[in-house]
Amino acid sequence: MSEWPLYEVFVRSKRGLNHVHVGSLHAPDDRMALLHARDVYTRRNEGVSIWVVPSSAITASSPDEKDPLFAPSGDKVYRHPTFYVLPSDVPHM
Amino acid sequence: MTTTVDEQELAARFDETVARRDRIEPRDWMPEAYRSTVIRQVAQHAHSEVIGMQPEGAWVGRAPSLRRKAILLAKVQDEAGHGLYLYSAAETLGISRQEMTQRLLTGRQKYSSIFNYPALSYADVGTIGWLVDGAAICNQVPLCRTSYGPYGRAMIRICKEESFHQRQGYELLLTMMRGTDEQRAMVQESVNRFWWPALMMFGPPDADSSNTAQSMAWGIKTHTNDELRQKFVDMSVPQAEALGVTFPDPELGWNEERGHYDFGQPDWEEFWAVVKGNGPCNTQRIAHRQRAWDDGAWVREASSAWAVRQQKEACHE
Repeated sequence: MSEWPLYEVFVRSKRGLNHVHVGSLHAPDDRMALLHARDVYTRRNEGVSIWVVPSSAITASSPDEKDPLFAPSGDKVYRHPTFYVLPSDVPHM
Repeated sequence: MTTTVDEQELAARFDETVARRDRIEPRDWMPEAYRSTVIRQVAQHAHSEVIGMQPEGAWVGRAPSLRRKAILLAKVQDEAGHGLYLYSAAETLGISRQEMTQRLLTGRQKYSSIFNYPALSYADVGTIGWLVDGAAICNQVPLCRTSYGPYGRAMIRICKEESFHQRQGYELLLTMMRGTDEQRAMVQESVNRFWWPALMMFGPPDADSSNTAQSMAWGIKTHTNDELRQKFVDMSVPQAEALGVTFPDPELGWNEERGHYDFGQPDWEEFWAVVKGNGPCNTQRIAHRQRAWDDGAWVREASSAWAVRQQKEACHE
């Protein structure tokens, strides 16, 4: 028998925060994945909301692409506030 | 030739990442030996959590009160959860859950030797929580910073929960120590049986540990077996005093010069015998695990069949 599909689990720990990846699990279908996620990852009120996503649905950037994919932001230092030098006595900046 | 150069470059990048104590993540290039070492360690750790449910699980029905039953049930459930966190961490390295289960059942992957000792009295539930989980915590806290990212993250979750395990065990023993002479004797007898196997949990002495040096170079382990064993002894002695029990080691004593407790060596021949399959419960533990796997087959099959049917019906609508 083949293994149940793999799901990635994301938990929102409290209102106002993002869902964060906490791990993965196997389940026969979406609903069971959600129930398993509750039992495995939220036994102590760790969350107020859970997302489960089939791992096969995730497209990931590969580490080998790291340079070309992230390089364009590297040479645009003017996108950061610290690029601009202002006199230190200017308030609220 | 290009592949060799590429490989060298990748290996250099891997070494740099490890050297600056950064983490290796699942899709990163890694040496095959690193991959297999992490798989071996994480799988062994996962198996220990799962097999570790057995000695205490046997006491759930016999715990003396509803409160103690609920606590023990929660603890055993945690161990199952810890096994799952760790299995999913190992799976990120390309080994399947079924493959790991098969390797456990056929003896190709190990679990901690401590779980091959029986839990003979109810006091053992307390001692396991205090000493066995205490030793596990000593081992696991540094592993939160291990070089393989998913393993470290699983350890952080586990360590948070492990503290409840140790405290419930110690509290159980404290309660028994406030009881009758018979209960106090039961606690002492239990501690006598578990002390040496607990010290063995840290693995063989550094001189005989073939994997330690490479695992430390790769940042998988951050402390040696002997360092962690010493730390555990130093932590445990004052806890034993507060509890009112002694450890069965005539050599145990404070060494002013070293600033640590001196202690005797466990029986390493016994350790190797248990690791090789000749402990008191090895056969029973694996047979139980096999039975659970076989008995659960219909659940796995039925839920797969249900999922397929649901999918078909959804297509026809």
